[in-house]
Amino acid sequence: MKIQKKDAIALYKKMSLIRHVEETLAGIYPLKEMRTPVHFSIGQEAIASGVCHALKNSDAVFASHRSHAAYLSKGGDLDGMVAEIFGKRTGVAGGRSGSAHLSDNKVNMFSAPILGSYVALACGAALAFKMDKKNNIAAAFFGDAAIEEGVFAESLNFALTKKLPVLFICENNFFSTHIPLNLRQPARPIYKRMAGAGVISARVDGNDAARVFSEASKYIAGIRKGSGPVFLECVTYRYREHVGPNFDFENPYRKRADFDRWIKRCPLACMEKFMLRERYAGADLIRRINEEALGKVRRSIELARKAPWPGHKDLLKDVY
Amino acid sequence: MSIKKSNVREISYSAAISEALCQAMAADKNVYILGIGVTDYKGIFGTTIEANKRFGRRVIEIPASENAVTGVAIGSAAFGKRPVVVHARNDFMFLTLDQMINTASKWKYMYNGKTRVPIVIRGIIGKGWGQGPTHSQSIQSVFMHFPGINLMMPSTPYDAKGCILTALKLDSPTVILEHRSLYDSTGRVPENMYQIDIKKARSVLQGGDITIVAVSYMVREAMRAAMALKKQGISAEIIDPRVFNPLDEDAIIRSVRKTGRLMVCDTSWVSCGVSSEIAGMIAEKAYDSLKAPVKRIGVKDCPAPVSRTLETIFYPDHRLIFREACGLCGKKADMDLVNDPVIDNFNGPY
Repeated sequence: MKIQKKDAIALYKKMSLIRHVEETLAGIYPLKEMRTPVHFSIGQEAIASGVCHALKNSDAVFASHRSHAAYLSKGGDLDGMVAEIFGKRTGVAGGRSGSAHLSDNKVNMFSAPILGSYVALACGAALAFKMDKKNNIAAAFFGDAAIEEGVFAESLNFALTKKLPVLFICENNFFSTHIPLNLRQPARPIYKRMAGAGVISARVDGNDAARVFSEASKYIAGIRKGSGPVFLECVTYRYREHVGPNFDFENPYRKRADFDRWIKRCPLACMEKFMLRERYAGADLIRRINEEALGKVRRSIELARKAPWPGHKDLLKDVY
Repeated sequence: MSIKKSNVREISYSAAISEALCQAMAADKNVYILGIGVTDYKGIFGTTIEANKRFGRRVIEIPASENAVTGVAIGSAAFGKRPVVVHARNDFMFLTLDQMINTASKWKYMYNGKTRVPIVIRGIIGKGWGQGPTHSQSIQSVFMHFPGINLMMPSTPYDAKGCILTALKLDSPTVILEHRSLYDSTGRVPENMYQIDIKKARSVLQGGDITIVAVSYMVREAMRAAMALKKQGISAEIIDPRVFNPLDEDAIIRSVRKTGRLMVCDTSWVSCGVSSEIAGMIAEKAYDSLKAPVKRIGVKDCPAPVSRTLETIFYPDHRLIFREACGLCGKKADMDLVNDPVIDNFNGPY
């Protein structure tokens, strides 16, 4: 299915915003203004953008520690995100969640860094939708390591047994922190193993936002009609180190050559080419979109820097 | 609340739980139950049979997936539901600790109070009948340690119903540990819906010589001991905190200031447990009132054994409470006063 101009531009705008905020934050991270672990999604933007563009605001999204892309794609507040990572009171969680638990209840998006645990929460949201006869779905984003945890197998079995409206999105970037996939899982592709468990399962190029969007749209429409859960493996590659702003190709766990190969397939460059080829956008529009995104990011950082810190009176609120 | 004696029936602890669940489900369509065996013919020792009969679509049988199902409960609660997850043995709740501690207890705080996950977890403590190492633990200390989880342990039918109805009105996750040995005990329970004051411990017995804080089933043992203590001239005050997280510290401090002596009787191990916490709290906040060292009573420092002779030694009972209380009060214990027969009306199996 070829995607339309408005969708292509919307996807590109989302990815551009994610890329600019992450590149900019990575650039200033050494200033030590942000004192919290940050997991950048640079290189992986197409997956969250593509899937979330096919969702409604009232649908639920659960994500992992590599949360920025899903957060912004679902419509999470940019100023709130940047202030949150700065630990400021104006952060979306008042400085309590930082980057790894980044969430915005206004857009029904929640994240946390315990790999598979939020996959179960997505099933719970889906159960609530089903009990209330709402036509919503829940989407769970997780990395390739999450499926190694028992809770994933339990969640998948539960979703299948109860035929829940859940989309499982595996962002397979081939590494769990610094451990490659082949040391952790059998060679048979993930999506084939999932098909063996009885779930509708497919693999898609996770660097091609148009393709992710069209595949996700198709499966989401099916889920809304009652197909039950779907598993989508999106193959991609993380550019930066597991956590933090740096590149880490000097370390033995991965190869510079792999990075060079993947960067040629950069999700943004890929979408730019597509838009130019389809005459959806010219170089001018692409430049304007990027300038606009960068402008928003700079403004958010300025706001975060000026924002007040949380203090004593904030510490013990909302525990029970 | 005050109850007029004439108006109030006596029902069992398990019937009180069943009634609370049914009333809560009738009053709020978002309340639902999920657990292993909640729809089978035994219905969690009879507590979910009536709910399943009346609200079948909202009583959900689950695969043996304690961890994921706790996550399911949390996810559904974030979207408006009020789940009650049931574990026929609280030992299986160890499988849920990631979701309970990493997610449920922190949800409200880490998302700055903007959303809430009002889940209720019922876990049942087993004791005796040779259930052994993995089916007769009392896991309260875990849920007392972490901020953000309410922990309730009802010891009467009144509180068994009240805890459920109260928990289902709270904003934060609540663990209710019920005790299987109390299931057949009876007591006055109003027919209407009511709440308990979760900030207030329950005063079971007033006295002036020694404060006995008793946990769950140990309230019963403490009461039996108190009757014998009275004959020995010792007036015991018994406090049933019933809510352990957050704990009504003031009630215990006030009592210790009055009696000058403290004994804490737990259904679990002493080390790093409820009794240690309360002893530590009193050492910090009411040390100057103590006339004697604090005494902690719990099960022996080994896993629960199966053989009945070993079980008898393993579990603390009213005799131990009596002897130790006499010791704290400087009196020689007349053990003939606690020679009453062991209550044994349980015919198994669990």
